[in-house]
Amino acid sequence: MGLLNRLNDPYEGGGIILGTVEDVLNWGRSKSDWYLSFGLACCAIEFMAMNASHFDFMRFGTIFRTSPRQADFIMTTGTVTLKMAERIKKLYEQMAEPKYVMSVGSCSNSGGPYWEHGYHVLKGVDRVIPVDVYVPGCPPRPEAMEEGMVKLQKLINQEAIFNKRKKMADLEKLAKSEK
Amino acid sequence: MQAQEIFDILKNQFPDAVTALNSEPSFDPFIIVETAQIANVALFCRDDEHLQFDYLMCLSGMDLGENLGVVYHLYSTTLAHRIVLKVTAPKTNPKVPTVERVWRTADWHERECYDLIGVIFEGHHNLIRILCPYDWEGHPLQKDYKTPEEYHGMKVPY
Repeated sequence: MGLLNRLNDPYEGGGIILGTVEDVLNWGRSKSDWYLSFGLACCAIEFMAMNASHFDFMRFGTIFRTSPRQADFIMTTGTVTLKMAERIKKLYEQMAEPKYVMSVGSCSNSGGPYWEHGYHVLKGVDRVIPVDVYVPGCPPRPEAMEEGMVKLQKLINQEAIFNKRKKMADLEKLAKSEK
Repeated sequence: MQAQEIFDILKNQFPDAVTALNSEPSFDPFIIVETAQIANVALFCRDDEHLQFDYLMCLSGMDLGENLGVVYHLYSTTLAHRIVLKVTAPKTNPKVPTVERVWRTADWHERECYDLIGVIFEGHHNLIRILCPYDWEGHPLQKDYKTPEEYHGMKVPY
């Protein structure tokens, strides 16, 4: 990226970084994402294991915030019932832009083991709020959730602040050429 | 104390309310009680010095096709014996007197039974839904229940 490797440059006098504003802002935003954890069911237990010292989620710069106003993204860990779905929608609308959603576990991805006979379960939290990253598993291992966080960081690094349309078109072309 | 002795004590006190004892060896012995008298029978079970059933372990609802039933599992912490009481009510008029005044735990158990099976407990001070959303229609654990298509704008089936 060229952001940090010119700090010791002798010709420039040292201490000068050249980069784009978007790179700096995205780097700052992706490496200190604060999340509103929505621990609903069993996936929340794996989430607590991920926060503990063995897997250490905090090294991604994330801190657990309790209020949606102070949070950057929301992690829906667990089964989303119809009764709870209205509350999740309210919380999502209360979060400030830019905000992201990570759906952890089968239940919030697509209904999970209750897909066939669950009369009370919302089959996937993406029926009420837009989701950015899906982490599969029942429950997903803590390493899988951390990979979800890495994917979210990559997503944030690609965000455009100036010339949004051009950047989106470039990214699409890149994705198509990779296929 | 064995189930037959408990049945005899209850039969002496309530000759017309307590009807039968089922003591097949393969499962717990249960006593069938007439529905209108269940509150009196429950109070006697708790207060009598030989019975002393002070712990309602569980209150469950049943869907028996034409009738709805309620099952009470009782246990005595002082005398260490247990018994099961059963009542039934027709599906068209599923009213059962409440035992909330006898054992306080029956408050939420009866709300759950009303929510999921549909038994209406007379005399309950606050019989509203406890697990499903408050404006849900239907009683989900009945055998002929159909999942609704939509709830508050959200699509329910897969």
